[in-house]
This record gives sequence, C-alpha cells and structure tokens, in this order.
Amino acid sequence: MANARDKNYEFVRREDAPILPPPATEAGITGWLWQNIFVSMADYTSIGAGIRSLLMAILSALILYFGGTQIYALIDFTIFSAVFSDPEGIKREACWTVDQGGVLPSGWHGACWPFVVAKQKFLLYGAYPAEDLWRVNLTGLVGLVGMVWVMIEQLPYRREVGAAMLSLYPLMAFILLTGGNSDAEFSNIGIWLVIGLAIISAGRLGKRGFLGPTFAEFATLIGFTGWVFLIFNAVRGVAAVDFGLEPIDTRDWGGLLITLVVAITGIVASLPLGIILALGRRSEMPVARLLSTIFIEFWRGIPLITVLFMASVMLPLFMPEGVNFDNLLRALIGVMLFSAAYMAEVIRGGLQAIDKGQYEGAQAMGLSYWQTMRLVILPQALTHVIPGIVNTFIGLFKDTTLVSIVGIFDLLGAAQSTIADPSWSSHVQALSVYVYVALLFFVFCFGMSRYSIYMENKLSKSRSH
Amino acid sequence: MKKLSLIVAGVAALAAASVAQAGTLEDVRAKGFVQCGVSQGLPGFSNPDDQGNWAGIDVDLCRAVAAAVFGDANAVKYTPLSAKQRFTALSSGEIDILSRNTTWTMTRDTQLGLNFAGVNYYDGQGMMVPTALGVNSATELDGANICTNTGTTTELNITDYFRANGMSFNLVAFEKADEVVAAYDAGRCDVYTTDRSGLAAQRTKLTNPDDHKVLPEIISKEPLGPVVRQGDDQWFNIVRWSLNAMINAEEMGITSANINKLTYNDKTPAEARFIGTEGKFGEELGLANDWAYKIISQVGNYAESYDRNVGPNTPLKLDRGVNALWSQGGILYAAPIR
Repeated sequence: MANARDKNYEFVRREDAPILPPPATEAGITGWLWQNIFVSMADYTSIGAGIRSLLMAILSALILYFGGTQIYALIDFTIFSAVFSDPEGIKREACWTVDQGGVLPSGWHGACWPFVVAKQKFLLYGAYPAEDLWRVNLTGLVGLVGMVWVMIEQLPYRREVGAAMLSLYPLMAFILLTGGNSDAEFSNIGIWLVIGLAIISAGRLGKRGFLGPTFAEFATLIGFTGWVFLIFNAVRGVAAVDFGLEPIDTRDWGGLLITLVVAITGIVASLPLGIILALGRRSEMPVARLLSTIFIEFWRGIPLITVLFMASVMLPLFMPEGVNFDNLLRALIGVMLFSAAYMAEVIRGGLQAIDKGQYEGAQAMGLSYWQTMRLVILPQALTHVIPGIVNTFIGLFKDTTLVSIVGIFDLLGAAQSTIADPSWSSHVQALSVYVYVALLFFVFCFGMSRYSIYMENKLSKSRSH
Repeated sequence: MKKLSLIVAGVAALAAASVAQAGTLEDVRAKGFVQCGVSQGLPGFSNPDDQGNWAGIDVDLCRAVAAAVFGDANAVKYTPLSAKQRFTALSSGEIDILSRNTTWTMTRDTQLGLNFAGVNYYDGQGMMVPTALGVNSATELDGANICTNTGTTTELNITDYFRANGMSFNLVAFEKADEVVAAYDAGRCDVYTTDRSGLAAQRTKLTNPDDHKVLPEIISKEPLGPVVRQGDDQWFNIVRWSLNAMINAEEMGITSANINKLTYNDKTPAEARFIGTEGKFGEELGLANDWAYKIISQVGNYAESYDRNVGPNTPLKLDRGVNALWSQGGILYAAPIR
C-alpha cells in the first residue's frame, strides 16, 4: 500500500474533460433535420421497420417534389418571370409574348404587375371619386389606429377608445364615406326625438308605479324602446347635417372598401346579435325561445346567396315605385342577420359548456339574470368559443365575395371586372389579378387567425391563475 | 271585412305606383342624372377603365341619352348588373335604361313588360378553332369537344345547331369567360363558341392568337340593344331617337369634329333639322331642339363610338361587318329625322 502512495499515482482528474461538440444528430441544422425528418427513414434493423422507413423516404421525396415544384411555380410566376414595369406605357403589349406581337419570349408565363398597379385605385376603392379618396383613407386610418389601440394592452384609455370605436366611429365613417347630408328633415327628426324622450319618461314613471301595476311590468321594455328611438333619431339627425362633403352614392363604392365595410359591419353586428339570440334560445321564456329558435333555424336553413338574391331582386318588386333601399344596405342587412344566426349557435355551444353550478352559484349570490350573464356566464362562455367565433368571422370575411353576384363590386368582383378591360388583355391578365386578390385576402384572414391565437393564449393564462 | 279592404287598398296603391312610372323623363330631370344599367364588365361594350370610369358602346348610348336630356353626357350614373338581375332592376325602377348587351328576343319583348328601343350592335354566335385542327367549316366538327359558358343562350344555340346538322358533340361548360379561355388555350377542347364580339375579345387572351381562327358560320342572331320599361312612350322615343341620331349622323357625315362648323356655315336642310336650327324635333320629344347636336358634339356619331370601343384600332379589332350602314353593305338603317 505504501508503495502505491510513493509512486504518486494519480487517480484524480485535475482538469475538466474537453467539451466535445454535440453529436451531429442532436444539434444544429443537421440535428434538426435528422430529428424531424431523417430519423423516421433510418431504421433498417428489422424487415418491418425497414419497409416503414423506405415508404417514409419515398413519400417524403414525393411530397418534397410536388410541393417544391408548386411553390417554385408560384414564386416564378409572381417574381422571377413577372413583368414589373411598363415604362413605355404600352399597357397590354408590355405583357405580350412574341407570338402575340410583344417582346417577351415565346411560352413566357408570369405575372403582369403593371396591370395590377394601373387597376390599383379601382381594386381598392372602386369608382369612388379620385378627389375624395382622402375620406376613405381617413376612415381607414382612424379605424386602424383605434383597433390597434384597443389591442395593445400597455396603452391608456383602452376602454374609452373601444367605446368610441363602437359608437362614434361608425357614425363618423358613415358621414365621411357617404357625405352625410341625407334629406331627412330636422323638424321631423325633432318630433321623433321628443317622442323618444316622452317614452323614456313614461318608462321611468311607470317603473316607480305611478301608472298602475300592469304598466310597471313593461316599464323596462318601454324605457328601452324609448332609448332606441332617441338614439336612432339622434343618429339620423347627425347624418342629416350638411358637413360640406360631396355626397357619394354607394354605387360608386367598390373593391377592398366594400369588402371591409361588409365584413366589419357583419362582424361587429353579428356578435351582440348572436349573444342575444343565443341567450334567447336558452331562455326559459317560451316566446323568446321560440322566436330565437325560428330566427336562427330560418337563417341557417337558407344559403347566403339566396338571401342576397332575395334582398336585391325580390325586395324591390314589393316596394312601391321610387322607394329604393340602397343596394349595399340591403346586402349589409342580409349578411348581418345571416352571420348573427351562425354566431348565435357558436355562442350557444359556449353557454352549454358552462357548468350548472356556475348558474346556481350566481343565483345564490343574489345576482339578477343579466348580472349572472354579464359577470359570470358570458365571460367564461365567450372565452371557450373564441376559435369558433373567429372561425365565423373568417368565414364571413370570405363570404363577402358573394355580394358580387348582386352587382356590388367587392374586391373579387372588382378584380373580375378589371379582366374585362381590353386595353390590358393578355393570357396572364386574369391570373395576375387573382393572385393579387388572393394575397390580400390571405393577409386579412391570417391576421385574424393569429390575433385569435394570441387572445386564446392570453385568456387561458388568466384562467390558470 | 276590414282585412279585405286593407288588401284592396294595398293593391290599389301598387297599381297607382305602376301608373305613376309613366313620367320617366320628369323623374330623370328631377334626379339630375340618367341611371343606366350596364354589365359587370364586357370588353368594348361596358367595362370600367383604369380610373373606374365606364366605357364601351353600351355606355356611349347612355351618355347620348344624358346629352339629349341634360345637354351633358356625363350626367349618367351606372349600375353594374348581373344577367339575372338586369330585368328586375329595370322593372322596379332602379334604373332608367338597361344598356347591357341584351339580346332582343320575342319572349323578353312581350312577356317582361319591357320594350327594346333599337339595336346598337348586331351580334351572332360564332366558333373559334385552332388552325392546326385543319377545319374550315363548322359542318366538319362532328364529335368535337366544345367549350362554352354555362347558363347562357350560347349553350342552347350550339346544341340546336349540332342537332340540326346531325352531328355529335361533347359540351365542356364553365362559369366564367376566363375559365373557358384557359381551358380552350390548354387544349381541353377543339372549339370555343360564344358571340363573335366575345370571341374577338377573348382571342387576345390566348397564348398564341394567330394559331386560331374564327369559322365563317354564324349560328344565331343576337341583336343587342337598349331596353326601357313598357308604357312610357316618351322615354322610349328619347332612347330610340338618341340611337337613331348617332346612326343618322354617321350617314350624313356629321362627326364630333365637324359639327361645330355646321352651326356657322351653310348647311343642307337635313343638317339644319339635325342640329335643331330648323323645325321643332326636340320639342316633340320633350327635349331642347339642339338635342342631337349635344349628342354628336359630346359622344360622337355611331362610327366614332364603334371605332373608339370595338373597331379595328382597338384591342377587339372588330370589322364593321353587318354593323356597317345600309349604304355600305351593312344592315344599320335608322329612320330619318324629319
């Protein structure tokens, strides 16, 4: 033993072992590729595993090939082969091959961007007068700022901005876009305002029991009706003020403007309407339940295209000569009611997912029906169905293209009518503008989808506390 | 009983409303513009340009009516209409004129409560084939694959034609014109059939237009013209004579370029009647006497409109063909202004 100590053997390591790089299969690009792709094709230890790996390899190669060629074709069409400018102003000849009398090589196939650029104004605003485009831009800008403001949590006054976006902004947008100055008479509006006030005060009095017990039962409803009267006529009054803006008929609206107006109106209106309908359908009052059920099943039972056709083709026939609802307004109301029915069912799903104990707990606390709904049930129910709600929104956004069949130039309709311009006709005319429209739609729908994921994550965090 | 009288009152009100539509001219004057129904985009007939302003020979007709009524060809508002919507929009009073490449047929004229005020383009269904097919006549097309649009008269016409000639065929139908062109261009069918003006427009979208030719056969009559509501003869006359004025101006050699010289220099009696310095032709229509002068100075005569929108120097490159004046071998013949 002593010998061993004398010879001064060293069994203890004095410095760290050298740090080796991780194996190629574990880190870096190769590691990622290995773990996510190749590991599934590398197992040949048994016959079964070998066949599996081989199949995996073949399928991967096929998908890579077809996906790759498709994606490359799209990139090639939109970027590499595309014509980007038309400096000589020769319009369609800028996108012609030698076979057609142009300069591009025979068999050329690429996007004709100068065409899309030339049609830009039409695709975004339709026939809206060029000197008044600032009105559309201002409306869009205010809308965008307001929306972003409400979405960013660090900013102050979010609640106030949100309330203004839902009350003042639609009025402002209406006046800016149409020009306001409607031909309603102020004396007429004044009379209705007074009637509204009278109804409200009657409701107040009734509530205190001055007008008898039967009246008192309906006092809340009467007061509510009075407020609807008052607000509706106040809006009419503001819309009738002459702000010195040129009135612009909705027939001149078009393109992205129409798509956004229809989609946003539908989205904003369908949520509250849908909540009311869903509550109505789950209500214990038979009349409310029956009416809500009939409404929902009726609108879900007919296709949107039928609604639009009825609104734009049948409705005018029932009206006396000269009484014309605005074509866009007809479509808007149709889209609104239609999407409200779908929204109601999505929200009903959320309501049914709430445990009965929540209702009973709220009742035990002495909360009224509306307090129960507002404070306990709806916040939970709506959080549950965010994916369904956003799904309906995205569906609605894309469904707006159907308005083009009733002669309203939404984004897709405008794109299709630009294809009819013979001064740009070429074999890539239709494809170029369709690619552009698809891109615009994707940006909006993908944006909505991402925001919904963000909302879900945020709300689920608050739930897990 | 009370209900019944309510219904009667309602029907009476509706009837009164339909009688009240007689005064389209007064309504238009009160509005300050002509509401014109156009297509959602048909090259050369009615299509929006880069700025979204409407152009085309159907659009020029509406401009002519506005020039006649207001002395201002720009006093027009356009309502783009789908094929299904167009007649309802007219009967409901949403538009004052329908000028939307609408074929004048007996059913439409007699059953819809509408009147065709004239013909501003004589079209007919034609067929286009690749030159490589080696076909010179439609009678050699037995067994062909034919591309066309769904739900239009073209589908019925081609069926009639092939049946009448005892030939078999295979119909490949698409919803939109650009889908039809794409399919034809890709070789999915041997024949592309639609109105000849449409063939001319779609041909420019083929990858190799010179490899295709239009067969000589015209298998249907498609007289296209403006439509108004039945029962308002004054408005009907204004639309009809606005069109006639354009055709007559071409025949008399009056153009937007030379009409101002006419007002000063010597003119023939016919020219004097035309520009309204002689006679009271405008007043008889309920318009100013220089109504035709306003049309020609602002919109031009028929030839100018044709050449500007569909003629040989436009992308459509359509020859006048049957749409030439009767004195030049065509069938365009307008009643004289006298």
